[in-house]
Amino acid sequence: MKNVSDHRAKKIDVSGMIVMPGGVDIHSHIAGSEVNTGRLLRPEDHFKDSECKTSVTRSGVGYSIPSTFTTGYRYARMGYTTVMNPSMPPLEAKHTHEELNDIPMIDKATYPLLGDWWFVLEYLSQGNIEELARHVAWMISSTKGYAIKIVNPGGLEAWGFGHNVTSLDDQIPHFCITPREIILGLCRVNKLLNLPHSVHLHTNNLGKPGNYATALETMKCVEKLANGEKPVLHITHCQFSAFTGDDWRTLGSGAEEIAKYLNGHSHITIDMGQVIFTDTTTMTADGPFQFGLYGLTGNKWVNHDVETETSAGIVPFHYRKKSFAHATQWSIGLELALLVKDPWKIYMTTDHPNGGPFTAYPKIVAWLTSKKARKATLKKINPKARSRSLLPSIDRELGFYELAIMTRAGQAKALGLKHKGHLGVGADADIAVYNVNPHKTDPSKEYKKIRKAFKHAAYTIKSGRVVVKNGEVLTPVEGATIWLDVKVSDPFKVTADMKRRFREYWTVEYDNYPVTDHYLEISQPIPVKADV
Amino acid sequence: MPYIESVTCPVCGCLCDDIRLRIEAGKIVEVKNGCAMCESKFLGYCGEHRLSKPLLRKNGELVEVSLNEAVKKAAEILTEANYPLLYGWSSTSCEATRVGLELAEEVGGVIDNTSTVCHGPSVLSVQDIGIPSCTLGQVRHRADLVIYWGCDPWSAHPRHIERYTSFSEGRFEKSEWKGYLSKTKALIVKKKIEKALKRVFARQAPSLSPSVRREPPPTLFKQGRKMIVVDVRRTRSAETADYFIQVEPNKDYELLEALRLLVRDEELEVEEVAGIPVAYLEEVADLMIRCNFGALFFGLGLTMSRGKMRNIDAALSLVRDLNTRTKFTIMPMRGHFNVSGADTVFTWQTGYPYAVDFSLCYPRYNPGETSAVDVLLRGETDASLIVASDPVSNFPRKAAEHLVKNPLIVIDPHMNATAQMGDVVIPSALVGVEVEGTAYRMDHVPLPLKKVVEPPEGLISDEEILRKILSEVRKIKTGKTEES
Amino acid sequence: MTSNQRLQAILITGRTIDQGVGKEKGKTSKEYFDGVAICHIDPADLKKLGVKGNVNVQISTIYGSVIVKAVESPRAPHPGIVYMPYGPWANAVSDPDTDSIGMPSLKGINAEIEPIGDKPVLSLSELLKSQFGKEPYALH
Repeated sequence: MKNVSDHRAKKIDVSGMIVMPGGVDIHSHIAGSEVNTGRLLRPEDHFKDSECKTSVTRSGVGYSIPSTFTTGYRYARMGYTTVMNPSMPPLEAKHTHEELNDIPMIDKATYPLLGDWWFVLEYLSQGNIEELARHVAWMISSTKGYAIKIVNPGGLEAWGFGHNVTSLDDQIPHFCITPREIILGLCRVNKLLNLPHSVHLHTNNLGKPGNYATALETMKCVEKLANGEKPVLHITHCQFSAFTGDDWRTLGSGAEEIAKYLNGHSHITIDMGQVIFTDTTTMTADGPFQFGLYGLTGNKWVNHDVETETSAGIVPFHYRKKSFAHATQWSIGLELALLVKDPWKIYMTTDHPNGGPFTAYPKIVAWLTSKKARKATLKKINPKARSRSLLPSIDRELGFYELAIMTRAGQAKALGLKHKGHLGVGADADIAVYNVNPHKTDPSKEYKKIRKAFKHAAYTIKSGRVVVKNGEVLTPVEGATIWLDVKVSDPFKVTADMKRRFREYWTVEYDNYPVTDHYLEISQPIPVKADV
Repeated sequence: MPYIESVTCPVCGCLCDDIRLRIEAGKIVEVKNGCAMCESKFLGYCGEHRLSKPLLRKNGELVEVSLNEAVKKAAEILTEANYPLLYGWSSTSCEATRVGLELAEEVGGVIDNTSTVCHGPSVLSVQDIGIPSCTLGQVRHRADLVIYWGCDPWSAHPRHIERYTSFSEGRFEKSEWKGYLSKTKALIVKKKIEKALKRVFARQAPSLSPSVRREPPPTLFKQGRKMIVVDVRRTRSAETADYFIQVEPNKDYELLEALRLLVRDEELEVEEVAGIPVAYLEEVADLMIRCNFGALFFGLGLTMSRGKMRNIDAALSLVRDLNTRTKFTIMPMRGHFNVSGADTVFTWQTGYPYAVDFSLCYPRYNPGETSAVDVLLRGETDASLIVASDPVSNFPRKAAEHLVKNPLIVIDPHMNATAQMGDVVIPSALVGVEVEGTAYRMDHVPLPLKKVVEPPEGLISDEEILRKILSEVRKIKTGKTEES
Repeated sequence: MTSNQRLQAILITGRTIDQGVGKEKGKTSKEYFDGVAICHIDPADLKKLGVKGNVNVQISTIYGSVIVKAVESPRAPHPGIVYMPYGPWANAVSDPDTDSIGMPSLKGINAEIEPIGDKPVLSLSELLKSQFGKEPYALH
């Protein structure tokens, strides 16, 4: 530590406790149009879980889609200090940022959805990667975004007329291009722009039995772009893309195959998308998938397509222990995390709130660090799912260092956030302290103690201030919004081209589209110099 | 620079953002691209009806006071009240609503926005059924069938058809404007002939039967975009449509459910529903199934007439069912320019879109109990703060009576009926004209509201006024805790 | 024909472009008064009432009564339906019942219409004062 005056610094006694960098979440739907529509859709979700106003905190509601203030407080109580919001329709970016401003306690960033943007489809079908790169740079900077997000590439454009794509090589109606070309093209763009994170992908065929093959094909299709140790593609909530089988009866786990591939390659990272047995709300930009889920459950269904860009869908969902499919999904997530040998390649998420609310992270911590914890849950799940689960054959129990990688260091590294996920020189003073003595507590046996400790951090320190003590919010603080200021060589060329086509493509004016500084309460731009 | 470009019009839920304004000597002198309401707002905003000084009711009469005095009095009223109502919000910025929610939480009151008396039932229905929807550009690019049900865009959202639906130019669907022009010309000729005939056969004036049973015209089966209007009256919009279905008053539910059955290929064993022969309805259902992309817009004709939210249930279910056959979307025609934004901010801060009660220190939501009209009808509130709204005009008289009876604080740029009845009246600068902010279009697209001229001297935004009241309320409260 | 006829009708309230323009101009403006303190009646119904249009009528429901100017409906035919633009005059007679969902019943109310002869339509201030007994603010 440099330049810290010894007598003026506040001293906290954390002997006998675990000290980690503040938690980093690479994928959690906490703000924006679909999250908020989910809140609006489900008063019944909030009735059972509300938070009173205190002298320092604002009131709010939980459960699966907490209101903004509550979201910030609950993350901070678990020792998390940085969260990535993974799906932002560019046209509605202002909404996402307005909500992020109202989420206290954490730093945050958000990924614009770009996989089905007409400009992407058109430039790729012309093979004009450099021009596309310049437009993507414009879009990321204009929406104050952080990474390129792709969801069911091609499927969302097709969904505009109620259709979908089912393989990497399907033709996207009206655009003469395939999902494979979108993924490859945007990975190339990502490289040209020198973006800190890789492309962040929600695969085609997500949530369908047999889709592990699509996931593997997707990973293979970008193999040739491999770039030393730097990953080129992040496959998010991989559990939902790791199904074998032909239908829901024959559903099985593709975790072994996917883990095998990851163990042999280093151009891919993934996150879990762990399923929690609870009532939750599914929301993705994958409109056709959500419609399928409506068909499957008959629950209420929201669809929201966004012109020239993307779509979105929402369906409430209850994961039940006694359901074969749900229990199998639960097993797949943990299998992935335990079978992938290198913790730098897989990160802990629930794809909040799709697999379950983020508040369930301590449960996952227990399952990952204790075979006994897994056994306790296995005992209660659907017997057919139990008999097919690989979990009983897996002895691995993560140590605290591995856990720290999967919950902060690895996520920060994959995101290219140099000031997060570590406690070295140059790191933000974002620190989590958990009241467990790693020398005296055996997580394998005392998993309940671990779960409790990770639920309520002993201390959460944000930018050098103690903001949470023993799971209670002491001081509410505002977090920054991190975004990429991507510099290209000739930005004016892009603007002229955009302006020309703007009125044809969108129903808003060019001037009113970008997210101005007004929409970021604490703006933290990261300058990026592109190669175009 | 003679023109300010890309100004967002703060009037209706269309939130047209292509308005050009010419400013001369600090005044707006010309409006381009806007509708009649837009022009009226931008050219007339600073007329004699504008409030310029804060007012306080002393001895039964409103007299001018300083801003500080008005703010202090407002804060006192709100702090002393047990159960204040904070109402309005749909005609101000999201930024102001954010502060309003904080204030409501601080004083433990109930906060509601105008959704409660417009699309509240739609929200309740969405919470039961969900909603397949989209942004308006999706309709512009793709819709080959547009239905307006219980709404009259020509009157309430004058540029809706031109900017977003039938008369707009999309990527996959073209504008029907030219077709409409030739149709209108033909109609004028027809009317002339009819008039001439009327003169000749004066005694046999062609009278239409009460329920106009117009057959679906052949134009409905043409190529290109088609437009259907369903209403109880032959509105201006109905005249634009390819087919006008005149539903009997309070029979929308029956008609929607009949269409649902037809869409599911069920037989209807009656001759007509809501005054429309089933044979015609079959044609309409067929058209809905066969379109590539359908869009249904509905208005207060559904939310306010008998059945209320059940009508919306039926409409949402119809569109949801249609999605198993084709692509179909549905959208409420939101009235005030930022009523969507008010719902949005309410929801992200509290989890609920309107009718939020903070009296137990956490947000509670139960429309019918915590909604403005109900708390007023039950006589529960003991003070009110009205921001950018006119409930004395818009609420049924009985509800307004209770509002007026208790201390009433009004923040508004204009002297409306509620301000006339107010006890503390604080004039504000006009958002979207004199101060900036953010508003959400009816399809949830956020748009910036611009500042194009300076506000009259001494006037500040709703947001700033609310912040002043909030900080004053906190001062009074800390003072009280210190005393005790 | 006598002008004492009464008409049983269904009252619908809603938006008109004049109401919209008037509202933006100002609630105390003449435009607003002219656009809102009126009702649209079908020509056939006007005949039944024995009047031509542009006369004052009294609209009564079980919730109250109000005097407005009757004009021949530009949107005919809609016999049996009387249309009023939203505003304080319409709300003097509208149904406050929210059916426990927060929304009053502003469309489809049973109403009785009768010509009222020379009795004037109250201005906004007069209407407010008569309804609420509070002194409205005089702008000038």
